Amino acid sequence: MIILEHINYWVVVILMMTGFYVVISHNNLVKKLIGINIFQTSIFILFISFGKVDGGTAPILSEGYQNFSAPLPHVLILTAIVVGIATTALGLALVIRINRAFNTVEDDEIKKAMSQ
Amino acid sequence: MTSHLAVLQVVTPLLAAPVVVILHNKTLGWLIATLVSLSCFIIACVLCLQIYDGNNIVYTLGGWAAPAGIEYHVDRLTAFLLIIISGLATFILIGARESIDNEISADRLYLFYTAFLLNLTGLLGVIVTGDAFNVFVFIEIASLSSYALISIGRDKRSLYAAYQYLIFGTIGASFILIAIGLMYAVTGTLNIHDLHERLAHVQDSRTLITALAFFIIGIGLKAAIWPLHIWLPDAYTYSPSIVSTFLAGTSTKVFIYVLIRFVFSIFGIEFSINELSVQYILMSVALIAIVYGSLQAIKQDSLKRLLAYSSIAQIGYMILAISLVTVAGVAAGLIHVFNHAIIKVTLFLCVANIIYFTGTDSINKLAGLGKQMPVTCGLFVIAGLSIIGVPLTAGFTSKWFLIKATIDSGYWLVIPVIVISSLMAIVYIWKVVEQIYFKEADHAHVVTNKAMPYSMYVSLFVFTAACIYFGLQTDINVGLAQLIADDLIGARP
Repeated sequence: MIILEHINYWVVVILMMTGFYVVISHNNLVKKLIGINIFQTSIFILFISFGKVDGGTAPILSEGYQNFSAPLPHVLILTAIVVGIATTALGLALVIRINRAFNTVEDDEIKKAMSQ
Repeated sequence: MTSHLAVLQVVTPLLAAPVVVILHNKTLGWLIATLVSLSCFIIACVLCLQIYDGNNIVYTLGGWAAPAGIEYHVDRLTAFLLIIISGLATFILIGARESIDNEISADRLYLFYTAFLLNLTGLLGVIVTGDAFNVFVFIEIASLSSYALISIGRDKRSLYAAYQYLIFGTIGASFILIAIGLMYAVTGTLNIHDLHERLAHVQDSRTLITALAFFIIGIGLKAAIWPLHIWLPDAYTYSPSIVSTFLAGTSTKVFIYVLIRFVFSIFGIEFSINELSVQYILMSVALIAIVYGSLQAIKQDSLKRLLAYSSIAQIGYMILAISLVTVAGVAAGLIHVFNHAIIKVTLFLCVANIIYFTGTDSINKLAGLGKQMPVTCGLFVIAGLSIIGVPLTAGFTSKWFLIKATIDSGYWLVIPVIVISSLMAIVYIWKVVEQIYFKEADHAHVVTNKAMPYSMYVSLFVFTAACIYFGLQTDINVGLAQLIADDLIGARP
C-alpha cells in the first residue's frame, strides 16, 4: 500500500492544512495562535521523517550497527521547537496586552475599534 | 583578532543585549547600543576591504569544518549588506534619543535598546552565515525582536499591528523552514555552498520544485512583496517613529538579500531561471507592486502610512531589477537596495521630527508647517525629490541603472510602468509639500514639544548628505554592486 508507506507525510499534510485553516478562518486571536502551533508541529514531524532510515537504529556509534537514522534533523528540530515556543509566548503576551487595551480578543471587534 | 571579525559582527550585539537589560538604564542603553552598532559598522568596513579583491573569508564556528560544522561566509554581497545594515543602525541611533524618549514610556526604554540590539544581531546574522538552517534561526531572532519593537510604543493599535506581523511572519518563516528541510532531504547538507554543488546534480526533482515554491512564498511574506504585503502598512504606521525608520531601512532589505542568495547561490540560475522561469512570476508581481504601492500612497492621509506604501512600490523596483537576471539588472537591484535604504530612512527621520514637534503625522493637520520647521521640511523635500528620482540625488542613480538594465534586456513595455510610478511619486510627495508650504495654517498645531533638540537633526543631516552624495558620486555603491552582480551571475549575458 503506497499510502501507508508514506503515512508520516500524509499526517504532515493534514496537520499543516488544519493549522493553516485555523489561522485563516478563526476570528479569535488565541485560536489563531493555536493554529500556528499545529502548523509548526507538522513541520517538526516532516523533518523527523526525513531523518528516519529504513531499519536504522538510534544514531549511537557502536560496533555492529552500521545502519542508523540521521541525527541532524532531530537537532534542527530542537532548535525549531525553541523558536516555536518563543513565538507562541510572544504572541500570547501580545494577546494579553491587546485584551487589556481593547477589551476583546476578537479580530473583527479590534478592527472596528481601530478604524474609529 | 582580525581572523574572528566575521563572528564578532554577530556576537557583539548579541552579548550587549543582556548587558543592557542588567544595567537597566536608558542613557547607558543608548550609549552601548550606539557603540556596538558603530563597532559592527567598522568591522563591516574592514571586512569589505579584506574581501574586496575576491578572497572570500570563511570562518568555521568552533573550528568544526563545513559541512559538519556551521561556517560564516563573507563575500562581496555579504559585505555590501553588512555595511548597509550596521551603518543605518549606527547613524539612526546617534540622533534618535529624544524621539525614543518622547514616544516610548520611560520604564520600557532599556527594553527598546535590548530589542534593537537583538534585531541587529538577527539581521547581521542572516547576512553573514553560510548555513541554510542558521539563516532560518537568525530570521526568527530578527523577526521576534521586531514584533517586540513594533509593540513597544504607546499607541495601542501597534499591539494589533505587531500581532498581525507575528502571524504573517511566522507563516513566512515556517515556509522558509519547509523549503530548507526539503533541500536537506534531497542533498543531506545545509551548507550553502555545499547545497549549491549538490543541487546542481539533482535535476527534475519534484521535491526541489516544491522547495522553491515554499521558499518564494515564505520570502514574499517576509520581504512584503505585493500580494503578501498586508502586514507592512500597519506595522510601519503604528510603531514608534524610530522603529519604523529602522525597519523600513533594514528588514525588507535583508529578506531581499535572502531571496538573491537562495535563488542565485543555492538553487542556481540553471534550475530556478532556465527551468522554472521564476523571473516571470517575480517580474509580474513586481510590476503590480510598483503601481499598487504608488496608487495607495497617494490616497493616504497618514504620512507614515504613505511612506509605507511607497516602500511597497520601491520593493517592487528591487524585485523587478533582480528579475531581469542580467548582470546589469542585479546590479541595479542592489544599487536600489542601497539607495532606497538611505532615502527611506531620511524620509522617516523627517516624520520622526514632525511627530516630535506636532504630535501627529496626519498630512491634513500639517498645513503651514514649512514656516515653523524650515529645516526638517526642507530636508523632507530633498529626500522626496530623491525618491521621485530627480537628477543629482541618489534616487536618480537607481532609476537610471534600472531603466538602462531593462532596455538592455529588451523589456520595453516595463519602462512606461516605471515612468508612471515615478509620476505618482511626484503626486504623493507634492501632496505633502503643498500642505506644508502652500497652505496657510488654519488651526494651531497640537504642539507637544516647542523646542527641537539639535541632536534630532544630526542623523537627518547625515542621511540627507548621503542622499545627495550618492547621487553625485556613484563609484562606491555602483562599483561594488556591479562586482557582486558579476560574482552572482558570472559570464551569463
